[in-house]
Amino acid sequence: MSFSEKREEGVSEHDSEVPEAPEGLSEPPDRGAAEAHGAHHQEGFLRKYIFSIDHKVIGLQYGLTALLFMLFGFCLMLLMRWQLAFPGQPIPVIGGLLGNANAPGGVMLPEFYNQLGAMHGTIMVFLGVVPLVVGAFGNYFVPLQIGAPDMAFPKLNMMSYWVYFVGGVIMFVSFFLPGGAANSGWTSYPPLSNIATMGQTAWLLGMVFLITSSLLGSINIITTIIQLRAEGLTYMRMPFFIWSQFVTSFLLLLAFPPLEAAGVMQLMDRLAGTSFFMPSGLVVSGQVLEGAGGGSPLLWQHLFWFLAHPEVYVLILPAMGIVAEVIANNTRKPLWGYKAMVYASVWLGFMSFIVWAHHMFLTGMGTVMSAFFQTTTMIISIPSVVILTALLISLWGGSIRFNTPMLFALAFLPMFGIGGLTGLPLGLAPSDIHLHDTYYVIGHFHYVVAPGTIFAIFAGIYFWFPKFTGRRMSESLGKIHFWGSFIFMNGVFGPMFLQGLAGVSRRLYDGGVQYSHAQDVVQFNQFMSYSAFLLLIAQLPFIFNFFWSMRMGEKVGNNPWQATTLDWAATSSPPLGHGNFAEVPVVWRGPYEYSVPGHEEDFLPQNVATPAPQEG
Amino acid sequence: MTAHSPEDIRKETRVYIFVFIALAALTVVTVGISYLDLSTGPAVALALFVALIKGSLVAAFFMHLLSERKLIYAVLVFTVFFFLALIFLPLGSFLNQVAG
Amino acid sequence: MEIPYNVEERPDTGLYNGKLGIWLFLASEVMLFGGLFSSYILLRTGDPNWFKPELSVPMATLNTMVLISSSVTMVMAWASLRLQDFKKFRLFSAATFLLACAFMVIKGFEYNTEFSHHLYPSSNNFMATYFTMTGLHGLHVLGGMVVIAYLWGPGSRMWKTEPERFTNRVEITGLYWHFVDLVWIFLFPALYLL
Ligand code: HEM
Ligand SMILES: [Cu+2]
Repeated sequence: MSFSEKREEGVSEHDSEVPEAPEGLSEPPDRGAAEAHGAHHQEGFLRKYIFSIDHKVIGLQYGLTALLFMLFGFCLMLLMRWQLAFPGQPIPVIGGLLGNANAPGGVMLPEFYNQLGAMHGTIMVFLGVVPLVVGAFGNYFVPLQIGAPDMAFPKLNMMSYWVYFVGGVIMFVSFFLPGGAANSGWTSYPPLSNIATMGQTAWLLGMVFLITSSLLGSINIITTIIQLRAEGLTYMRMPFFIWSQFVTSFLLLLAFPPLEAAGVMQLMDRLAGTSFFMPSGLVVSGQVLEGAGGGSPLLWQHLFWFLAHPEVYVLILPAMGIVAEVIANNTRKPLWGYKAMVYASVWLGFMSFIVWAHHMFLTGMGTVMSAFFQTTTMIISIPSVVILTALLISLWGGSIRFNTPMLFALAFLPMFGIGGLTGLPLGLAPSDIHLHDTYYVIGHFHYVVAPGTIFAIFAGIYFWFPKFTGRRMSESLGKIHFWGSFIFMNGVFGPMFLQGLAGVSRRLYDGGVQYSHAQDVVQFNQFMSYSAFLLLIAQLPFIFNFFWSMRMGEKVGNNPWQATTLDWAATSSPPLGHGNFAEVPVVWRGPYEYSVPGHEEDFLPQNVATPAPQEG
Repeated sequence: MTAHSPEDIRKETRVYIFVFIALAALTVVTVGISYLDLSTGPAVALALFVALIKGSLVAAFFMHLLSERKLIYAVLVFTVFFFLALIFLPLGSFLNQVAG
Repeated sequence: MEIPYNVEERPDTGLYNGKLGIWLFLASEVMLFGGLFSSYILLRTGDPNWFKPELSVPMATLNTMVLISSSVTMVMAWASLRLQDFKKFRLFSAATFLLACAFMVIKGFEYNTEFSHHLYPSSNNFMATYFTMTGLHGLHVLGGMVVIAYLWGPGSRMWKTEPERFTNRVEITGLYWHFVDLVWIFLFPALYLL
């Protein structure tokens, strides 16, 4: 059966059924109707909300779980920030609840600080941001933006969420094991991690689950994008968000497995007594460790960073995708250099596999390999600059709407810029020798992931909230949230550069009080910690806004932002359950036809059949 | 795949049998070579060479990669590239360690 | 609601969803075993005291033959379905399953002999690599056996209702199975002969 025949049949099938509201697709977007629809199909509560195979429900599950984990990871960090600002002083209010093994008398023990640090990193990266940008936004919007009824493999999709969930539970429960959670940093470098407490075993098990979940998810997203694009949606007509998800999924698919292999090997080291990562004659507490030896700690670093470098692009590419959508919509202009952005993102994905050892300049690597990795690192910075520049130029001459999503998207640009540019000295061995493992590094990557990616996530939530719920979030609360976050984020992370340049190490239990040469900058710790606590307070308007708007927000139609992409052609607050579009959409043009000359309205959706007027 | 006539498919099955014989023969060959007590370099090279032939036979015929779509090739080309990076870049770094 | 191209091929890519899905999965598997092979090479070149105990080459050769045969029967099972010969399909996939069992049993004997010679994963880094790689490969064989058994038994009911979809499933399982075979083809010389 040919392509168009198939489509035609699909359309007519739906047409004939529309009056009877097939599958609830054309029902009005209110809760009652959605529930009636559920009852109509006799889908049980479990099938519909818990073990759902509908990508929208799974996307929401991912989103809510990941937001909770992110809040949790943030709270871990707040405990640490207290310790950094007031070393050795009892933690107020909740200090007594942490238990004697962690904080006797409310004073944090160094061992506990290490757990918090390792788990903050792990939770933020693997349980917070990746599941949010790929699991939640990817799941919810990839099918909608390409005009598909669902993901290509709905059951696999459900599995990927539940495997993620189990991984998260393992990570969470590990805090209650004897010796607490993993405490060897999120990088889990052996030999330290090989001889660490039981929490490390739980960490490895959890990671195996999280990796498996990402693999299932990425297979699904790639197949969906390639196979289920609506008719007329050629690759070069895909919204940039779809491209970013596409590249990201390939990174997850091909970079994660070596870490899975490494995880299995470290599990063997810890449980079966092998020595993959154990050098001969390792001395621990004055005693030579038993065991075969002969292994290589550096091997772990290679396998770990083979994943973890592409991982940073997993964190940032979808964020760029979200920002691109928001910017195009709110400048009412096509993205400047869309094609260049697409090629740049593919190039970025490709190169990200061969730069990883820039994290290992200080492992005794010789000049030949070091030169190789410095070169590739400098090359990979180019496509990021291309994308960022294209987004910046896109603003030029636009009649910008400064709504909350746009504010977050705009703030993303300089914040990511700072994060990216401060990365360059880290990619060059001579300067990295000084900066390696200092707070400068912490400052650098947090500018990328916190005011960078997390701002993009906020932009995405404000932007697409009407799609989830049929209601808009409050603008005034949103603006309070934005300005609070913007100021305090910089308050937390800005001074880190100065501390790092002065030589203050990361992963220090006391924040560097013993560095007599760096007292001038160590004193910033209190200011940074106050900023972090205020950052928490700045999130309260958001949390309130989120729940309040679900019930009380301004009701809006399907396309409240006058946007062009296919997701806005679907019903808002789409009834949960399989199927997305009342009528299978057909795509006629590129993704960002805003302010087309000669067209009445200032936007021309991809699926509207009127041919674009000839310019000339 | 559906376009194939029964006659074609029967021809394919004959090819499968040939491939099987070739694989079995090559297995014997590679075991035989291992008894020659070659020095490490040539031994590794030869064993890998035979394994590569065997692997290609499996991929080309059993996994019918020979008549597969371009898209699959594209995915595999990327994968092979990254695979090679994964094998050789760590090895390169190891061999390029600064002494001490 | 139906997911498009679940069974029939999408005209512009020439693929049905499952086929693309399995190849993507296999690509990730290449990287998984790639990580292990890379580790093996590194550990071996990096350790001046590398020591490799004698393993049973005859048993492993036999196992190679068994696995290769199971690949042929698998591909024949798929061909039989395409020739609409369901009986032969049952026969060939049963053979595949039994050969896979034989592989696991032989592997079990091998492990047993090694244990009786006091060779454990913790003995040295060669044995560690050996047990990890063959163990992971064995898990893949087990996984494949479950699927093959399912398609032979309860899963084969689909042949009556949706023959094309069923044939696709067998094709996909075959692709996975041949990949498992392919990994062994490299494991065999790497672990036993070199
Ligand atoms: C927005 C609130 C955040 C704050 C206040 C914060 C603060 C910090 C600080 C101070 C450290 C250094 C701890 C030390 O060296 O002892 C750290 C480490 C880290 N953070 Fe964050 N962070 C935040 C968000 C994030 C996010 C969103 C991510 C990732 C997506 C993240 C990933 C990491 C990682 C990977 C580490 C390294 C952990 C390690 O040393 O093993 N953080 N964070
Ligand atoms: Cu990196």
